Amino acid sequence: MIVFENVTKMYGNNVGIENVSVHIDKGDFVFLVGPSGAGKSTFIKLILKEICEDKGRILVNGMDVTRLSNRQIPKLRRSIGIVFQDFRLLPNKTVEENVAFAMEIIHASRRAIRRNVPQVLNLMGIGSKAKKYPHELSAGEQQRVAIARAVINNPTVLIADEPTGNLDPDTAWDIMQLLDQINRRGTTIVMVTHAKDIVDRMGKRVIAIDKGRIVRDDKAGLYGYYEDEDAHSFFCKPGGVFNNHVY
Amino acid sequence: MFIRGIGHAIKQAFIQIFRNRAMSFASLFSITAMLLILGLFFILIVNVSVITESAKKQFDTIQIYLLDETDRATAVRMIDELSKMDGVAHAWYLSKDDAMAEYKMKWGDKAYLLDGFAENPLPNSIRVKLSDLEKSDAVVEKARTFQGIEDIKYYKTAVDKLLKITSYIRMGALVIILSLVAVSVVVVANTTKLTVLARAREISIMKYVGASNWFIRGPFLVEGMLIGFISAALSAALIALVYHKIMELFGTDMFLMFSVRMVPAAFLVENLIMIFAALGICIGAFGSIISMRRFLDT
Repeated sequence: MIVFENVTKMYGNNVGIENVSVHIDKGDFVFLVGPSGAGKSTFIKLILKEICEDKGRILVNGMDVTRLSNRQIPKLRRSIGIVFQDFRLLPNKTVEENVAFAMEIIHASRRAIRRNVPQVLNLMGIGSKAKKYPHELSAGEQQRVAIARAVINNPTVLIADEPTGNLDPDTAWDIMQLLDQINRRGTTIVMVTHAKDIVDRMGKRVIAIDKGRIVRDDKAGLYGYYEDEDAHSFFCKPGGVFNNHVY
Repeated sequence: MFIRGIGHAIKQAFIQIFRNRAMSFASLFSITAMLLILGLFFILIVNVSVITESAKKQFDTIQIYLLDETDRATAVRMIDELSKMDGVAHAWYLSKDDAMAEYKMKWGDKAYLLDGFAENPLPNSIRVKLSDLEKSDAVVEKARTFQGIEDIKYYKTAVDKLLKITSYIRMGALVIILSLVAVSVVVVANTTKLTVLARAREISIMKYVGASNWFIRGPFLVEGMLIGFISAALSAALIALVYHKIMELFGTDMFLMFSVRMVPAAFLVENLIMIFAALGICIGAFGSIISMRRFLDT
């Protein structure tokens, strides 16, 4: 569960996000969309307490993130799984070491590690790659490893920051299936993305951010944001062609 | 949990050292070089101390020559007073006959030359053995106030010079040792920083996955300590070897020149190993902690 209450974050005079209130329930699957610089990354960074808010309150999994001390940050992050566009695997660790690493930091026993890692790798469909190093894998396989690492400790929230950004459409869709599967097992998923086709095809909740504000929050929405302002007005503004679908 | 954390740190440290062989070797090399130079100065200090200590012993006697008219009873009173003073080990009376006997003994087979004197030219004297050289001035001052004294002989200037030189050597060596320690911490910090820099991304990933600062720091810390320890062993061994060679080559010459023996190798090396081990481990640990600080800010 993620709750933002009137959260504002400024970078000097520039708005990160402004007076944002949002409620993401346990088990939700949310797409976070918006143009570059809209505040999506700020939103994610605030959840991870990578940066501190200026105003407002943030709750993640019942923890008041705004009041967390530096020492408690690791505890927060362990309850959140993270997947990045560039995978961020440790290059000199094998696939299974990369995944086991997430268990080692919570001081899991060696037995638990030996039991859980192959299980998760199989679930992600990369059981046969356990002994390989990240650079020996395809992009899609690397992202699967990253997801395996993110979910191995059964986080309640999984944050995916453009997880399909570096993947071809077919592989991207495979990864989405995987995320959907994880979501069905009860994990809340917040995914930042620019992939219109994926958002539209999945039909999940869409939160659109622009200039630091939430401009749209649809239960089962479409992507509905266009980089090109003219096209944007043409299609979406009142009187536009797709006005009935999007704001 | 804590034990498992330490186990993980040690295991990772070994893996890191092996996977970053070049960097590990660079750190190892620089710490070893530092410790080697440091060790040579340490040896210098210890030997200078020992040599001066024993040299000082040869200058710790004050001779007070008495006038011939000064009788034995007066001399005994003087001895009593001097013996009570701080820094005086003991004082005794040496009659002119005893003094002559002493000379004859010193001159050995040429003692017959002394027989040529019709009358013993040596004065009666009091000898004062000092336990503390620093107190010599007070003792000499006191002796000057006595009536019936001809002269006071004390190799003050020689002793002063010796003390001054040795204190300079000691201070100089200490300053050099301290700056070397500082330099090695900086060198290790920089070398480790390169390693850490190369792994900045790795560290940021660890933080994202929720690793605590100590969990990340642990392997680096153990790595630094391990490299420090290996360097210590290496440089101690090298210095032991060099010292043995020096002893072999100059040990006897030294003995003849200063009539002092050099510090025995076994004793020195034993101490050196302990000092080096402690120093090496500390340098390694400090180096890695300093170089990691920046990367662990959230």
